[in-house]
Amino acid sequence: MANKNKSVISVLFNDDDVMLKSIKPIREKGYNIREAYTPFPVHGLDHELGLARTRMAITAFIYGAIGLSVAIALTYYTMIVDWPQNIGGKPSFTWGENMPAFVPILFEMTVFFAAHLMVWTYFVRNGMYPGRKAMNPDPRTTDDMFMLEIEFDGGEDELRQLLKDHGAVEINLVEKADEEAPELEEAHA
Amino acid sequence: MHYESPVREPLITGDKSYHDITVDVAKPIETNAPRSWWIAFGVALIAFLWGIGCILYTIGTGIGTWGLNKTVNWAWDITNFVWWVGIGHAGTLISAVLLLFRQKWRMSINRSAEAMTIFAVVQAALFPLIHMGRPWLAYYVFPIPNQFGSLWVNFNSPLLWDVFAISTYFSVSLVFWYVGLIPDFAMLRDRAINPIQKHIYKILSFGWGGKAKHWQRFEEVSLVLAGLATPLVLSVHTIVSMDFATSVIPGWHTTIFPPYFVAGAIFSGFAMVQTLLIIMRKMFKMEDYITIQHIEMMNIIIMVTGSIVGIAYITELFMAWYSGVEYEQYAFLNRATGPYWWAYWSMMTCNVFSPQFMWFKKLRTSIMFTFIISIVVNIGMWFERFVIIVTSLHRDYLPSSWTMFSPSFVDIGIFIGTIGFFFVLFLLYARSFPVIAQAELKTILKSSGENYKKIQEK
Repeated sequence: MANKNKSVISVLFNDDDVMLKSIKPIREKGYNIREAYTPFPVHGLDHELGLARTRMAITAFIYGAIGLSVAIALTYYTMIVDWPQNIGGKPSFTWGENMPAFVPILFEMTVFFAAHLMVWTYFVRNGMYPGRKAMNPDPRTTDDMFMLEIEFDGGEDELRQLLKDHGAVEINLVEKADEEAPELEEAHA
Repeated sequence: MHYESPVREPLITGDKSYHDITVDVAKPIETNAPRSWWIAFGVALIAFLWGIGCILYTIGTGIGTWGLNKTVNWAWDITNFVWWVGIGHAGTLISAVLLLFRQKWRMSINRSAEAMTIFAVVQAALFPLIHMGRPWLAYYVFPIPNQFGSLWVNFNSPLLWDVFAISTYFSVSLVFWYVGLIPDFAMLRDRAINPIQKHIYKILSFGWGGKAKHWQRFEEVSLVLAGLATPLVLSVHTIVSMDFATSVIPGWHTTIFPPYFVAGAIFSGFAMVQTLLIIMRKMFKMEDYITIQHIEMMNIIIMVTGSIVGIAYITELFMAWYSGVEYEQYAFLNRATGPYWWAYWSMMTCNVFSPQFMWFKKLRTSIMFTFIISIVVNIGMWFERFVIIVTSLHRDYLPSSWTMFSPSFVDIGIFIGTIGFFFVLFLLYARSFPVIAQAELKTILKSSGENYKKIQEK
């Protein structure tokens, strides 16, 4: 377990716009927002938090290209190399001449690979799997509450006042820095 | 920050907060089912069991239990297959195409429409499977290495394209649906009091916590899946239509089939969505989310696609005459005036005439009228497939083999069984799944909720 150098405060808002507006002043004061939990995708939140763009779409493109290659290899091997047939007076001599008949297969397999592998990537990157323990610390954040986890270094009262001024409805200290309370750290974690 | 023109009607009526949406969506799951649900479920279950009986009889005895003969070798089975696949088009259309077009009204109906898609495709897939006669050899349709002298599937055949199209469509729709369901399952998990229920939703929700980065990925994944599903949904019925269009049967061998089938599929799919949602909004009191405006929008789509289908019918007739091919001309003359004239004119009345009522605002905003038309349209679309398949086959090139088709009780039983199975699945879904995509719906509450719009106007 990593050493905790900073304390963490969790703050709840009951409105998405109020939460969104509070992020800028919090970050300007030099606090690091570790995580945000919201019940629905709040537009502009990733931008306010300074998150990098997601690369999910790029992975889908790569997977689609793989799917297309697999489909080309499959049709080429089965129809041209392994067992060429003369169907309706139209013999399968080359893949190129037969390609128009393979378009539906090429398309379907491109989509199949792109969609399924992207969703697998999405699950892996998010660390999601059936039965995983809920990642949100407060169950109200899937209903109508919006939570920010803010790291700070001393000066708790100052931070609490800042959050209150920006419309926080509930503020809790969730983690204390090591030097203040080393016993919080579990010995055999 | 959120702004929408006051001219637009609210999509969520009543004085709703984020919490109210949560409570309303969770209610059907957390409370006991209304009596109407139990009655509907009982009827559907009986029909389903009867269908299972007929399927087992077919598999045990053989396809000879059906009304097929050597001339009409495709009839109710393929009619039902195409009908169900067509119905399965609206869900992905609503969730994918309307997402790309940024139509906000899709949000309260897309979850149920996608569920309907998946359940309809399950019914559709049953028919080719049992039509094989030996369903335990169904794996022959997949290109797997084997010991039969490298006997591969034929990638030139539209029937094989269909296998790929429908399995891709089914699995991608399922995944698209599930990715959207995860945040809503997490909501149910966090509310659940009963430990068994909590555990089930914990498994289903994959640990979702609504982290900012996860939502960012969620939105991108949804958008890319919508982009992939849009051409996919159009490809599926295109390929189904090629099962017919690439053959040399008069009445089938036409290039108009792909767009004509896709329009018909959207038409029948929306009709089925109307049927289900009108029942569901009443049964679970979802009138604030599935408003008259939603019903009106879908009626407009039914009207437009119904008219496209009408133009396709007329084009077919014109092309039969214009082509100068006497077999083609006879096929269409036979459809309209031959022994199956009643099926042809039922199709024309239900599909071309009945949606034209939707030009009148009074009629397209009437729930009762919409419900009746939605059923009429689905009857009409069933007849469309019956007309295309049976009337083209029963009088082929060789008059000595001309014959008629009449379904056996097994044909009818399997069809009724799939309707039962479909409703069993849908009714179970309605009691255990979040029937409205509540996380997505909450994003439009401030711009399209009635109470918020009133504040904006001031």
